[in-house]
Amino acid sequence: MQIPYTSTARPDTGLYNAKLGVWLFLASEVMLFGALFSTYVLLRVGAAVWPHGADILNVPLATVNTMILIGSSVTMVMSWASLMMGKFGRFRLYMGVTILLGFMFLGIKSVEYGAKFEHHLYPGNSTFLAIYFALTGLHGLHVIGGMIVNAYLWVTGSRMWKSDPQRFTNRVEVAGLYWHFVDLVWIFLFPLLYLL
Amino acid sequence: MTESTQIPHEVHSEHHQEVSFWRRYVFSQDHKVIGIQYGLTSLVFLLFGFSLMMLMRWQLAFPGRSLPLIGKLIGETFMPGGVMVPEFYNQLGAMHGTIMVFLGVVPLSVGAFGNYFVPLQIGAPDMAFPKLNMASYWAYFVGGVTMLASFFVPGGAANSGWTSYPPLADIATTGQTVWLFGMVCLITSSLLGSVNFIVTIVQLRAKGLTFMRLPFFVWAQFVTSFLLLLAFPPLEAAGVLQLMDRLVGTSFFLPSGLVISGQPLAVSGGGSPLLWQHLFWFLAHPEVYVLILPAMGIVAEIIANNTRKPLWGYRSIVYSAVFLGFMSFMVWAHHMFLTGMGTAISTFFQTTTMIISIPSVIIISSLVISLWGGSIRFTTPMLFALAFLPMFGIGGLTGLPLGLATSDIHLHDTYYVIGHFHYIVAPGTILALFAGIYHWFPKITGRKMNDTLGRIHFWGTFVCMNVIFMPMFIQGLAGVSRRLYDGGAQYAHAQGVLQWNVVMSVGAWVMFVFQLPFIYNLFRSIKKGQKVPENPWGATTLEWAAPSPPPHGNFVTLPEVYRGPYEYSVPGEARDFTPQHQQPAGA
Repeated sequence: MQIPYTSTARPDTGLYNAKLGVWLFLASEVMLFGALFSTYVLLRVGAAVWPHGADILNVPLATVNTMILIGSSVTMVMSWASLMMGKFGRFRLYMGVTILLGFMFLGIKSVEYGAKFEHHLYPGNSTFLAIYFALTGLHGLHVIGGMIVNAYLWVTGSRMWKSDPQRFTNRVEVAGLYWHFVDLVWIFLFPLLYLL
Repeated sequence: MTESTQIPHEVHSEHHQEVSFWRRYVFSQDHKVIGIQYGLTSLVFLLFGFSLMMLMRWQLAFPGRSLPLIGKLIGETFMPGGVMVPEFYNQLGAMHGTIMVFLGVVPLSVGAFGNYFVPLQIGAPDMAFPKLNMASYWAYFVGGVTMLASFFVPGGAANSGWTSYPPLADIATTGQTVWLFGMVCLITSSLLGSVNFIVTIVQLRAKGLTFMRLPFFVWAQFVTSFLLLLAFPPLEAAGVLQLMDRLVGTSFFLPSGLVISGQPLAVSGGGSPLLWQHLFWFLAHPEVYVLILPAMGIVAEIIANNTRKPLWGYRSIVYSAVFLGFMSFMVWAHHMFLTGMGTAISTFFQTTTMIISIPSVIIISSLVISLWGGSIRFTTPMLFALAFLPMFGIGGLTGLPLGLATSDIHLHDTYYVIGHFHYIVAPGTILALFAGIYHWFPKITGRKMNDTLGRIHFWGTFVCMNVIFMPMFIQGLAGVSRRLYDGGAQYAHAQGVLQWNVVMSVGAWVMFVFQLPFIYNLFRSIKKGQKVPENPWGATTLEWAAPSPPPHGNFVTLPEVYRGPYEYSVPGEARDFTPQHQQPAGA
C-alpha cells in the first residue's frame, strides 16, 4: 500500500501532503498564540497600572536575540535552497548554523530568565510578569521543538537524501516553514513585551 | 463493471505476514484498526460517564438516603454509609460532562466513524499520515487514563464543573491539575487528528471525486476538523494559564482582593475570571457543532440510503454546514449573557446566535423533506436516524430562548439549559451514533447486527431519553437551578416540580437496562451475526465498494468516481441505486 502525494504534489491542489499538513498546524498555532496575545490585551486593558516593558526587561539582549532568530531563518532557507541545488554538504553547514543560532537564542534567553529570578521577579509577582513568562516560555518550548526536528534532519539526513532526495527536501521545507513561524511569533513578542 | 468488484484477498496477505500482534492490533497505523480502537474506547467511556450520572441521579431523587450495595463499594471517603458527600457529587458532575464530551461523543463520532469511513468514502488507501493517526489515538488514550486516575488523587477528581470556571477552579483540589494535564493530552490528540482529516480529504480523494461529489458525511467531518483545529488551541492556551495559576502562583484568572474563607488570598491579583470564560467558550461553542455535525452526516447517509432517493438540497446542506462552521466562532459569548459584559456585546452575540440557527434549520429541514415521497425502509439504523430529527429539533428550538439575552436571564443556569443541550447531544447525537453503528457494522465485520435486539434497544432508549430530559424543561421553567446537590429539596422554587426527580432518575436507570441488549448484540454479532454481502443496504457511496471487512489498503485498484453521492432511484437504471464508481452506460 502506498499513500499518494507523500513527495509529489497533487496536480489539482498543487501541494504534497506534508506541506498542507504543516500549514494547517501553523493555523492552529496562530490560534494558540492568538489566544495568548488576546490575554495580554485583556489583562493590560483591565489593569490599573501596567509597567513599561523596558523598565523591567533587558531590551539590548532581546534585540540581539531578535537578530539571531532572523539570522537563523535566513540560514534555514539557505539549507533548503542548498538541497534544491543538490548540494548536501552545504545543507549540513547551513542547518548546523541554524541549530547553533537556536542554542544561542536559548542561551541568551536563559541569561535573561536568570537575571529576573536573581532580582526575585517571578511569574506570581504581577500579571505583566505572568504573561511575559507565559508567552516567552511557550515560545521557548517552540524553539526547542524546532531544534529537535532540525537536529534530527541534520543527523539522519544523509540516509534519506540518498534514498528519496525529493521527500527529504520536502521535509526540510516543512521544518523551515515551522521555523519561520517561530521566528515570526518572536517578532510580535519582542515589541509587545519589551517596547510597548 | 458493478459495485461487486471483488478484490482478491491474497494480494494483500503479504502485508500481514511479518506484522506482529502488537503492530497489527495495538500500535496499528491502519485507519480501520485505529477507528475500532477509538470506537471501543469511547463506548466504554460513554458507559462510564453514564454511570457517573446514574449515581448522581440517586442523590437527586433520594437526597441523603443511603445507596444500597453500590454505595458500599465506592467507599467511606466519597459515600460514607452509602450517602453521597457534596464534594463527590461535584466531582461526578464535572467528570460526567468532561467524559461525555471529550472522551465519549467526540472520539466516537470523529475518532471512530471519521477514521474508519472518511478514507473509505473518498476512495483512499488510508489516512494521509498513518503515524500521526496512531499518535492521535494514544494521546487520547493517555488523556482518558489521566482523567480516570484523577479520581484517586487527594480530594478526588476535578470538581469545578466541566467548564472549570476560575476563581473556583484555580483554588480547587489537586484533581483540577490532573484534569488540565488530561485536557492537554486530549487537545493534542484532536489537533493531530484534525490536521490528518483535512489533509486526507483534500489530498487523497479518488479520481473524479470532486468536492461537490463528496458524501455529506465527509463534508461534516471536514468542517468538524476545521473547528477542532482552530477552536481547541485557545483552550490549550487557557489550560496552560490555569496550570500556571495553580502551580506557579500567577493570577491570570484571579482578581485583586479575593477573600477565601475569611482569608485574603496571597496572590498578586489583577487577573480576570471572565478571561477564562472567553477562552473556554471560544472552544466550547464550536465544540457544540463538533458534537452535532458528524451526527448530521451519519443521519444524512442513512436517510438517503433508506428512503431510496437523493438527499433533498445536497448543495444547500453542504453550504449550510460550511457557514455553520464559520459562524460557530462568533457566538461564544451567548454563554456569558449574565456575566455583566454589557448590553452592546450581548446584542452582538444574540444577533449572531439567531443567524447561526438558520443553517441548522436548513440542514434539518432538508433532511425532513428528503423523507417526502420516499419508499422508506424502517431498518434499525433508519429508526435511530428518524428519531434524531425530532430530538434535534426539540434541542434546537429550546435553544432559541437561551440565545436571547432577555429570556436567558430567567433560564440561565437552570435545568432548562441542561434539558436543551442534552436534547442535542444525547437524544440527538447519541441516537445518530447508534444509527451509525447499526448502519456500518456490516462493513466493519461482514455481518449484520440482530434486528429484534436493535429494535428493543431503539424503543427503550428513545422513550427513556424523553422521560429523562423532558421534565428538565418543566423544572427549569419553574426556576430550579442546575447546581443543587439535593435536587431542589430545600429550594423554594423547586417544591412544585420536585416529584419529577424520581421520574427522571428511574428513566435513567431503565435506560441503562435497555443498553444491555445493545452491548450483547454488538459483541455477539461479531461472530454470530447474519453474514451479508459487501453492500447489504444497496448503498451508493464508495465504502460499500470495498470488501467487508476491507483489507489493509482498502481497495486494490483505487476506485474512480463518475457521479454524485446519492444517485438513488435514477430513472432508466436497472437497480434503484447507482454507485458512485459505476461507469456511465456510454463509457
